[in-house]
Amino acid sequence: MRVVRVQRGDFDAAAEAAALTAGRVDVGAVVTFVGLCRDDGGHLAALELEHYPGMAETEMERVAAEAEARWPLAGVVAIHRFGAIRPGEQIVMVAAASAHRAAAFAAAEMLMDYLKTRAPFWKRAIQVDGTSRGWVAAKEADDSAAERWA
Amino acid sequence: MYFAWVRERVGKAEEVIDPPASVATVADLIGWLSVRGENYAHAFERVSVIRAAIDRAHVKHDAPLAGAREIAFFPPMTGG
Repeated sequence: MRVVRVQRGDFDAAAEAAALTAGRVDVGAVVTFVGLCRDDGGHLAALELEHYPGMAETEMERVAAEAEARWPLAGVVAIHRFGAIRPGEQIVMVAAASAHRAAAFAAAEMLMDYLKTRAPFWKRAIQVDGTSRGWVAAKEADDSAAERWA
Repeated sequence: MYFAWVRERVGKAEEVIDPPASVATVADLIGWLSVRGENYAHAFERVSVIRAAIDRAHVKHDAPLAGAREIAFFPPMTGG
């Protein structure tokens, strides 16, 4: 089972994770990660996420397929939102289900590391005082994290 | 197609272009666009940070353009 979605609206992470194991008795581990919008000490009013329609889905499918090829997974989920997202709201989720926890943990981590560096999304940070609407800079640490899986 | 600050600097989200045959690679195209105007020169001033995709797949700057239908330029991605 593979679920890959790019959407403006929110998602139900618990329901998505539950769907991975519904009706199955061979799954021993589900690892779910949810990325949230934080307020950076009260400075951030919202994030605006731009994406490349079409390519975003394609890249997320590619990343999910790489995880499936690498570990014995019963299922994967990758969902990413775009548009305006306020502090406290969900931005992204990945989940991986497997017979054993090692594969599920590793797959979920790889999914996020690859998604951050390969899926075409760009964040703009809107400050509370309205002074800045700057693009968030890419972090070298994210590239290093993704390179671990190469 | 242009995204994020590349889009803002160029001043448009997409356009149809017809470069000469001498423009064979992504790097050639960046060079060709950069001399079309100050907006392009500004967008592509730091060539090493510019990412490119051909027909919705990531490519390096030495990738050939032959057969490409949709080319996109954008900054390093910051999703997740």
